[in-house]
Amino acid sequence: MSTRPRVAIIGSGNIGTDLLVKSLRSQLIEPVAMVGIDPLSDGLRRAGELGVQALHGGIDDLLAQSWARELAVVFDATSAKAHEHHAALLAREGIRAVDLTPAAVGPGVVPVANLTGHLNAPNVNMVTCGGQATIPVIWAISEHTRVMYAEIVASIASRSAGPGTRANIDEFTVTTARAIETIGRAERGKAIIILNPADPPLIMRDTVHVFCETADPHILTQAVEKVVARVARYVPGYRLVQKPVFEAWSAEPLRMPGYPAQNGWKVSVFLEVRGNGDYLPPYAGNLDIMTAAALRTGEVLACGPGAHDV
Amino acid sequence: MSETVTRPLIQDVTLRDGMHAIGHQYTVDDMVRIATMLDRARVDLIEVSHGDGLNGNSFNYGFSRHTEEEYITSVASVLTHARLAALLLPGIGTIEDIRRAKEWGVSTIRIATHCTEADICRQHVEAARNMGLDVACFLMMAHQIPTRALVDQARKMESYGANCVYVTDSAGALLMDETRERIVAFRDALQCEVGFHNHNNLGLGVANTVIATQCGANRIDASLAGMGAGAGNCALEVVIAVLHRMGIDTGVDLYPLLDCADKIVRPLQQRPVMTDGNALMLGYAGVYSSFLLHAEKAARQFGVDARDILVRLGERRMVGGQEDMIVDVALELAGARNAEGA
Repeated sequence: MSTRPRVAIIGSGNIGTDLLVKSLRSQLIEPVAMVGIDPLSDGLRRAGELGVQALHGGIDDLLAQSWARELAVVFDATSAKAHEHHAALLAREGIRAVDLTPAAVGPGVVPVANLTGHLNAPNVNMVTCGGQATIPVIWAISEHTRVMYAEIVASIASRSAGPGTRANIDEFTVTTARAIETIGRAERGKAIIILNPADPPLIMRDTVHVFCETADPHILTQAVEKVVARVARYVPGYRLVQKPVFEAWSAEPLRMPGYPAQNGWKVSVFLEVRGNGDYLPPYAGNLDIMTAAALRTGEVLACGPGAHDV
Repeated sequence: MSETVTRPLIQDVTLRDGMHAIGHQYTVDDMVRIATMLDRARVDLIEVSHGDGLNGNSFNYGFSRHTEEEYITSVASVLTHARLAALLLPGIGTIEDIRRAKEWGVSTIRIATHCTEADICRQHVEAARNMGLDVACFLMMAHQIPTRALVDQARKMESYGANCVYVTDSAGALLMDETRERIVAFRDALQCEVGFHNHNNLGLGVANTVIATQCGANRIDASLAGMGAGAGNCALEVVIAVLHRMGIDTGVDLYPLLDCADKIVRPLQQRPVMTDGNALMLGYAGVYSSFLLHAEKAARQFGVDARDILVRLGERRMVGGQEDMIVDVALELAGARNAEGA
């Protein structure tokens, strides 16, 4: 019998099911249950096929199990509203939660940037897909220079945007912009999301523009390449499409309305996120990077910081 | 025919779409002078925003010279007749931006999505209606999908509470029959008003707007001297003159428009706003009009042909807002050229 820490997944939709497929490959944790509310959902059926217990009575069903209190981590891939309810119940039972919804009950986590700062948090939040894809780059540049402003553009395939995202697109822009500041350490953050309906669907693209005080192109290029390689360890399809582009704002300062004119450097980084095709198609890199980052986070919370070089 | 045509609301976009043509660099004084003349001419609505809508200030789209608050409050303070409108693209601006614009004096919010993505604006339309705003919705790049599919999207916007849904020809790519078919289908399918917004990339700016009016469009967009993205919009002073010749009383005075177009707006244009080679390629390749200046800049920066960039963007099916892919394509083209040279 396995001695790996046990975990469960709440939410049997696309995200939860993709996370299940990924977590079954984990050397560090063992998924023992998938929890939904629709016994006919494809996710629960899939769980059964994969030999994982499928519970269709929601969080109450999960907490009624004799082994529930021994779970190291519960992943929540439901909705923000549902997670607020789940978070309180899990906290009462002392079960740690990795939240993939926009609820943001706990601190936002981007594994390569700040996970080591939240190893004891009872609840962590995975920010947004665009945040997982772009904040590592902003954080890496912040290690070397003062970042006055950072902006990201996330382009995703229309088909990969579910009803939850569509009903609350502001949640993406606002949450991502805030995380660019708190986790990426930019003084000011901005996020833009574009849905593209092209067929065949386009692979997720993310562009990062950073405005920083000083820039040694050689050092910053290395820093960006290094952090991209670190993310690629848990998201194999994460890559730089072009070398970072540097633009000096020295002869003429950058003028942003409402702020004093400033000299500095603009660094532009072009990224692609190809999904692993576990449950979701490869174009849905936006969903893949969420589940991959959540799995990595859950592994570290369950097994300690030595589990991975995060 | 003229007796059967209803008088459309005249919506000026010189101070919003026109921002694209000069890299969002109007001074507050430019805006106030233009708005004063438009108001004197008695246009119905004047739109003021960053070219890419509220909160569009960014590296991706360009930073405007002044803040939105400065532009909007200054224009609001001089209007005596026209209502003030602003644009918002979900994914760029938020409900909070709509709330602020309303405080600054905006009474009509225009909410734009790509033509297949109407459902991402539901929260913004509902919130804006709850604030008591007049809401017009845009289905951008309307040439990209068949009329029937466009109507399905328009019905969604109407169901969220839009007072008007626009056929928005962002690429200036619609032919005349295609314009007619879409406006007629909207009129038949919707209870709410129907609008038309276009670009002059194929030289059909005024013609298609006249067709839309004849087919019953309730709101038409135009800008002075065509001041707008790409080859510009339907020219306001021209379409007013044509409608008057057709016997349609728009309620708008022609002379203040002519004076403003000739003496104020056209002299502000650094790059002529016209159907020249690159602008024509937008309509020909079906590319979002505001990509023009960005593509020309990238062409200079990376030593490639702007037309090649635009055609490639069309092939890659880029939609409005994906300006970041312009540099990406330019780098790709430059890379391919260097590989050939090596």
